[in-house]
Amino acid sequence: MGLDIRLPIGLLFSVVGALLVGYGALSNKAIYERSLGFNINLAWGVVVLLFGATMLILGSRGTKNRLAGGTRTRGSAGDASAGDKLDARSSR
Amino acid sequence: MNLTSIDWLIMALYFIFVLGIGFAVKRNLKTSTDFFLAGRSLPAWICGLAFISANLGAQEVIGMAASGAKYGIATSHFYWIGAIPAMVFVGVFMMPFYYGSRARSVPEYLRLRFDEKTRGLNAISFATMTVFSSGISMYAMAKLIQTLHIFDAPLKALGLSPSLTFHVSVIISALIVLAYIFLGGLTSAIYNEVLQFFLIVAGFLPLVLLGLRNVGGWSGIKAQLPASYTHSWQGMGSAHTNPLGVEWFGLVMGLGFVLSFGYWCTDFLVVQRAMAAESMSAARRTPLIAALPKMLFPFLVILPGLIAVSLPTASVQTSNPGMRTLAEQRSGRGLIPVKVDETTGLAKLDTNGNPILDYDLAIPNMLLHYFPTGILGLGLTALLASFMSGMAGNVTAFNTVWTYDIYQSYIRKHAPDAHYLWMGRMATVFGVALSVAAAYAATRFNNIMDFLQLVFAFVNAPLFATFLLGMFWKRTTGHGAFAGLLSGTAAAALHHGLTLPVGAVVGIKGGWLATVHTYPSEMAQNFWTAIWAWTACFVITILVSVITKPRKEEELAGLVYSLTERTRDEHLPWYQRPAWLGAGVLSLALILNIVFW
Repeated sequence: MGLDIRLPIGLLFSVVGALLVGYGALSNKAIYERSLGFNINLAWGVVVLLFGATMLILGSRGTKNRLAGGTRTRGSAGDASAGDKLDARSSR
Repeated sequence: MNLTSIDWLIMALYFIFVLGIGFAVKRNLKTSTDFFLAGRSLPAWICGLAFISANLGAQEVIGMAASGAKYGIATSHFYWIGAIPAMVFVGVFMMPFYYGSRARSVPEYLRLRFDEKTRGLNAISFATMTVFSSGISMYAMAKLIQTLHIFDAPLKALGLSPSLTFHVSVIISALIVLAYIFLGGLTSAIYNEVLQFFLIVAGFLPLVLLGLRNVGGWSGIKAQLPASYTHSWQGMGSAHTNPLGVEWFGLVMGLGFVLSFGYWCTDFLVVQRAMAAESMSAARRTPLIAALPKMLFPFLVILPGLIAVSLPTASVQTSNPGMRTLAEQRSGRGLIPVKVDETTGLAKLDTNGNPILDYDLAIPNMLLHYFPTGILGLGLTALLASFMSGMAGNVTAFNTVWTYDIYQSYIRKHAPDAHYLWMGRMATVFGVALSVAAAYAATRFNNIMDFLQLVFAFVNAPLFATFLLGMFWKRTTGHGAFAGLLSGTAAAALHHGLTLPVGAVVGIKGGWLATVHTYPSEMAQNFWTAIWAWTACFVITILVSVITKPRKEEELAGLVYSLTERTRDEHLPWYQRPAWLGAGVLSLALILNIVFW
């Protein structure tokens, strides 16, 4: 059973998104002079957070299905048996 | 540069996750196949994103933005002509042989199809090139961190001199890449490449959106810049009427055919990602899935270059002296500063006495110009991620080729699998060590991309002729392939030695034998070097094959088109069939070419 890559991606993006949203809400508005007066931390933080949450949902759903079905799902790795068979044929 | 805690926190989080993925993957890593080929168990979308992410190193992000600023939207030829058709070709036509032959690497395919010497030649030249490319990526990152003074404050806080920045950057990046590949092999590299892909998009997309808003969108750029900057094909009739200095034939044949197919169809760095796929169908879809984001990348990496030169130089003034970008300190063009001689402190001048612009700073200066603290941390993380994915891609390709194609073939043939797994990890260690050495050696070129094109022209250009003949003409022999490869590389060197770009000095830029022809640009010279290399290889391979003994047909099943059963995909829905996907991708690329004609 392997790691579903959507989970760490989802987690990292959620945390970074939340940090940006929090910082955007609390930071001094003067720093947004360079981003054309636009609170880019808040706005982009929301986008990053939503993406992270979506990946988390997809990843955890995939992991749950895999555990329930006992089969590998898209996004995961770790089943080396097929590769071993290929490798055995190619090693000479 | 003024970074605050939030910027450092975002960068630190990224490094924690990168290493965390390495540790998480390590638990499932048992065999050498797991380490070198990710157990051939990954789905197509993961392999597809890794396929482009591994290529998304320094030459892509920094180099393409630099070219965007220097040449304009014509740089998109490196995508819409110089990548997409080749990616479709490798997915639709070549992957059945790579994946179906059970070869574990591109050099191993050459051994199965031809002979040992052809594999040896390819394995050794490829291994050298990967180490060099990884070193260039590392060098570019360290140089950038030094130029932007990113580590100055932390180094000072530790009581160290900021002059150590270059060395500290090289060591840290080397250790991180080493750690996650050592732990999790190709799976770890691929997973991190997927993470890096999303980070690069998340870091650069807001930059492009802000920049476009600032300059008034595409129409604003068109209003600011000469027409040659905003049209990709206009003026391509002659080398003298477009900024690339190359005519359409050299572009299409040199870049669109020889260099592009030589890279995307034969370079194990990218092909390895498809070989890690869970099935033949997934392997074939890998480059086709990759092609979709790839064709949109010009908007992420070339547009910032165009925006950087669209801005008036005066507009970058700011009231806060601590936040000034490098462009403000020296007058350049838009956000592009003049190159300064580090010893004299004076602007560097070209042969005509004009100041040389430092186009490689297009992206970094855009980040500093538009991003306040917070999202600046994300932007810098994206930049670091791009460098690391480029490095890691090369290191994983190197450790596989070294272990399977050099060590197992010539040094220790029949060791237990655990020994090769151990050797893969050792190869990762000395691959990274050699990259560090290469990083210190790579110091001479202004535009990183031009340099890589030169290396690809010598090594990769003849290779595609060998594969094309090997896969589609069963009469091609091992002696033919070997002689063709040597002649192709020799032709490349000879052509380079006899020609020179206009205004260049004889030496590393060419003309070291004699100058019999002068090209309007270095790019034109590179493309024509590739064309000569490919042609020499193609012709010599055919000639030598005809006079040497071919292999028995039964030995070539699964390796040559006419002797291999067609891959059937009728059971797949249309959107998963390589032919349909390929046609769709090519149509979109055609539309983009027309829109930006």
